[in-house]
Amino acid sequence: MRDKDREVADAIGALLDSQRVGVLGTHGSGSPYCSLVGFSFEPGLERLYFATTRATRKFSNLSETGRVALLVDNRTNREEDLHEASALTAVGPVREMTGKDRERAASIHLARHPSLGGFVESPTTALLALDVERYFLVRRFQEVMVLEIAP
Amino acid sequence: MSVLLAFEALEETDRPRVGGKAWALSCLAREGFSVPRGAVVPVEAYRAYVGPTGLRERILLELNRKPFESMRWEEMWDAALRIRNFFLKTPLPDALHAALLSEIEKMFGDRPVAVRSSAPGEDSAGASFAGLHESFLNVRGAASIVEHVRLVWASLWSDGALLYRQELKLDVGGSAMAVVIQELAEGDRSGVAFSKSPTEPGASLVEAVWGLNQGLVDGTVQPDRWVMDRSTGRLREHFPVERLYAVRTAPEGTRREELDPGKRELPPLDNGEAGKVWEMSMEAEKRFGSPQDVEWTFSGGRLFTLQARPVTAGAEGEAGSRAWNLSLRRSFENLKVLRERIEGTLVPALVKEALDLSRADVRELDSAALAEVLGAREEALVRWNRVYWDEFIPFAHGARLFGQVYNDRVKPEDPFRFIDLLRPERMVGTDRNARLEEAAGRLGRDPALRAELTVFREGGDGTGGTEAFLEGVSADLGADTDLVLAGTEGRRALAGFLLEMAAKPKGLRPEKAGRKALEKEFLDCFEGEERAFAGELLDLARASYRLRDEDNIYLGRVERLLSEALGEAARRLEGRLGGIAQKLEASEACLALRDPLYRPALPEEETAGPGKGPSVSARARQLVGQPAGPGLARGIARVVHSREDLLGFKAGEILVCDAIDPNMTFVVPLCAGIVERRGGMLIHGAIIAREYGLACVTGVPDATGLIRSGDTLTVDGYLGIVVIHDQG
Repeated sequence: MRDKDREVADAIGALLDSQRVGVLGTHGSGSPYCSLVGFSFEPGLERLYFATTRATRKFSNLSETGRVALLVDNRTNREEDLHEASALTAVGPVREMTGKDRERAASIHLARHPSLGGFVESPTTALLALDVERYFLVRRFQEVMVLEIAP
Repeated sequence: MSVLLAFEALEETDRPRVGGKAWALSCLAREGFSVPRGAVVPVEAYRAYVGPTGLRERILLELNRKPFESMRWEEMWDAALRIRNFFLKTPLPDALHAALLSEIEKMFGDRPVAVRSSAPGEDSAGASFAGLHESFLNVRGAASIVEHVRLVWASLWSDGALLYRQELKLDVGGSAMAVVIQELAEGDRSGVAFSKSPTEPGASLVEAVWGLNQGLVDGTVQPDRWVMDRSTGRLREHFPVERLYAVRTAPEGTRREELDPGKRELPPLDNGEAGKVWEMSMEAEKRFGSPQDVEWTFSGGRLFTLQARPVTAGAEGEAGSRAWNLSLRRSFENLKVLRERIEGTLVPALVKEALDLSRADVRELDSAALAEVLGAREEALVRWNRVYWDEFIPFAHGARLFGQVYNDRVKPEDPFRFIDLLRPERMVGTDRNARLEEAAGRLGRDPALRAELTVFREGGDGTGGTEAFLEGVSADLGADTDLVLAGTEGRRALAGFLLEMAAKPKGLRPEKAGRKALEKEFLDCFEGEERAFAGELLDLARASYRLRDEDNIYLGRVERLLSEALGEAARRLEGRLGGIAQKLEASEACLALRDPLYRPALPEEETAGPGKGPSVSARARQLVGQPAGPGLARGIARVVHSREDLLGFKAGEILVCDAIDPNMTFVVPLCAGIVERRGGMLIHGAIIAREYGLACVTGVPDATGLIRSGDTLTVDGYLGIVVIHDQG
């Protein structure tokens, strides 16, 4: 891995590690929509997980388009955010986890969000995987780096 | 919130909010030292200014464009100038302004005062910001005092203070500044005293000048010096100097005056007075428990203590780079002397040496003679590079000094507007390009010659006409550019470049009109003697700006001569040594030329470690640098790593490079915009970009690594942003 690849990947890993909740962007019925979701991630950064009940607007949207964006940032709602905060957007296709994959994903997700135990295990809840194609990392107010994840 | 605390009211717990200088003065006053009456504006007032006005975040945004530790000194200069302008353009909140006016008016009325920095941590045993933050003497009236408090606050972010914090790895985000306001003790003799000499542990030092201390502190007046025994105060030696000047109060502020002939003969102190100063420094040491560096003045026969701070490690021999940073802060007088030396001696010597070195035709020499020429060119380059760092670059401070004076007086929206006033009518680099454009113009008007040259460029035979034309252009351009290369391929490359230039519509250079109006606007801000000084400063700044172009061009000649000799050495050694011949340093190449059995060590190859972790690849989408040339350009990137990259340059491309060196500037008339890794508003690339009115962003970290030739770029020279749209 080149130094730059590693530097950007490390910065993304650190940001994901520092946050528990992100903003999920979906699109459906001709309209965009945002929701807060608790997320977890594979250490190799290739996949993010989140859970939702199937009756939600976000679930119907992502079922319709099959693609989502997830924004994770470390802003603190202070003036300093302008120079200190980083924001990360992950984009890619999304799919529901089933079978053995779901068991593995659930263990990663619950390790990070133990309080979601009952929620994730409910038969009405879908555990979803965002297979990240690329990340956009914004730092220093204006700097934007893109990290491509090989399929 | 109290915005003004009298010295006598300060308590130990106030120390972090009033800074070391104010605290030391209040202690001395309580201990019975003669300290001019004064008070301190605590750090809360600073915070009440920079917080609600958004100034604090603007400063931090400015300093976080890239990692602070990787900012170059020139970028620090630029950031400091922008930040100073933020202070000049941001009014105090009304309530704070009213409170300061009223408290200052009550305490000082119309009496003249000194306004000095007292930043927490400023004068501790580990760090000394001496000379890096600003002080103002002889300020009168509450409104003017408040304005000067603001300037002292701004100096928390001066280039020198920023560089020093970078070096000491001090936190930038938490910096704050308290300000001391003290009645002016208008001394007729002043100086400093070290209770323990920085260079001789058993000795103390007293230095003294006629007039105020300012001249001694900023180095424009040389002091007499007394060395005394530290334990007894016995005088060991007095070192007199040639006494020429004294700094005294002017109607507003201070000025340096010639010393009366009578006083030139007299030391500012007699030995008894020097002894009194020594006693005072030892008393201060006793009070604070460590050796002290004390500023003092005799006013009306009474000895006043103006300041006391610990003697720092820094005073014992500043680390090389800090000393160099400080050396950049030249005074006006000092810069005048430097100008004379550069214009009168150094530049002519550099031009002459480059000419002398160019007399040898390296292709004609035998190997031993080539080794000699190579060695001589290498030695010359090393020597002139040293001159460049030690003298040419510090002289660039003339433009900065001017920028500061200009911004203080004119208060423009754009803190770099002063550059328009410095741009000369002619520059060596643009003159050379004008000759090139003229040749391209001739080509444009002569279709037959253009057709012949096109055939030649594509590998066909040249004609008498093309040969004569190319020879004429080469002779006209002289020795300064990489455009003129030896051999047929070199001539084909030149032909290609001229054809490209001839096909490009002639760009309009930005008008220099308005220079006179700008000059008048600037000079009209001054009256009387000050106006004459402003005129002199402008003249000096113009010379400083011009030299930023010329020194690079002339140094480039020597670089090019070395590269020519090294290239010839590599060509000859290639048969014997293979590929490494191209990578040899000059010293190794000399040894290999002289000794046919010599085998240079292989340069170490960089080895990449085994890859671990996810299969990922990073690329840049948007990069941040400094806005160095206003404008917006979109085009295809041409990343220049080598001479070949330059010769293939197409009109309308965006030049992306590590640093524009003077051998490269011939492509600038073809550029749509410039992106440079090296940062700064007054670096060669930025100056040339401004001359051609090109969008330019400098200081983009790893620009040549993250951008590839063929990428589509937008260069935003207003905001200092480069957007990479499509990867080529």
